[in-house]
Amino acid sequence: MKIVIVGCGRVGASAAVAYGEAGHEVVILDITTTAFDRLPSSFRGQAIRGDGTDEDVLRRAGTETADVFIALTEGDNRNIMAAQLASEAFSVGKVIAKINDPVRATAYAELGIATLCRTGLMMDAIDAYLGLPPSALPGMLAPTGHHDAVAHARSAAGSPAATAPAVTQEV
Amino acid sequence: MFVLVVGGGKVGYYLAKELIESGHEVALMEKDPSRARQIADEIGSIVIGHDGCEGKYLGEAGCNRADVVAAVTGDDEDNLVICQMAKHHFDVPRTIARVNNPKNEELFRHLGVDELISPTRMILGSIEQDIPVHELLHLAALGEGELELIEAHLQSGSPAIGRAPKDLAIPEGCSLFAVIRNGIATPLRPDTIMLEGDKIIAIGKQECSDLLHDQLIGELEAEAAGA
Repeated sequence: MKIVIVGCGRVGASAAVAYGEAGHEVVILDITTTAFDRLPSSFRGQAIRGDGTDEDVLRRAGTETADVFIALTEGDNRNIMAAQLASEAFSVGKVIAKINDPVRATAYAELGIATLCRTGLMMDAIDAYLGLPPSALPGMLAPTGHHDAVAHARSAAGSPAATAPAVTQEV
Repeated sequence: MFVLVVGGGKVGYYLAKELIESGHEVALMEKDPSRARQIADEIGSIVIGHDGCEGKYLGEAGCNRADVVAAVTGDDEDNLVICQMAKHHFDVPRTIARVNNPKNEELFRHLGVDELISPTRMILGSIEQDIPVHELLHLAALGEGELELIEAHLQSGSPAIGRAPKDLAIPEGCSLFAVIRNGIATPLRPDTIMLEGDKIIAIGKQECSDLLHDQLIGELEAEAAGA
């Protein structure tokens, strides 16, 4: 699979390394080159400096031919916009955005992107450890709907129905 | 009308002020607390010192009863998300976004933002009207963006000078329909001889652009071809 990751933080770098070692084609983007210091010298994927919410940059990263796109920057809205560019402009099959605001995480799952909410994931982990009932917050949500205007683009995506490996979680 | 303005920069501030003067109900969201206090001191207690991107605070600001939401922060991604949340989560009938990167316009429109204001595009348009251009000038996109309204300024070296449209290989699906000469627009007929300084107005599919360029401006220059 070809996997494009936006944001080379701890999670982004871990995912890039893990998927690269598993034999996938990995491209990782970040707006600062120092972020790439997190990648080991053995990393064989591509690291590109650029803004993941810029369509031209995503094109340069080969998003058009990606099977999976994961937006993991520290900004919820940057992740949302990057993810929507990937799914709407580049028809990527599986798109995941990290959205820490539970309200936005739920709203965008309804609009067609898989969302990953750290707030909910951490609450659930804490609750599980303490033996308390899980919170009502969203954790990892699969898309439940899609944006009205994009039904045609989605069916034309044509990417293999590969299952995305679980995203490395970090607490 | 109840207007929710998100972003308390210069644009948001003057927008809120003007709207209040016109008698509208206004709420302004600004996440920077000191900037929020400063605006509140000047225009009253309509300021909400919270992040308008956060669903919880949008709800508290009364987003669900807003007639219009105007997202005017300096960041495109924030403006997009504010409008989408307003539209899809709070059922706001009319959303307006400020767009800084003109390339984002298509995506915003596609994702359901009702109106876009792009200062970059406006200034660009204004400059391009004034300076001589050697390229084709794309005036507007028509019909879902498939067709373009194009202006070609004929300058020395143009193969079209001294010839009429019927003598040119005009690409299929493209029509040259008007000429602006000395500030006067007239229909361009198949046998109208084109002169240096003419502005030819054409309409056609985007793909016609290169062929049209060859016919009206000259062969694509190396720099353009190499791009």
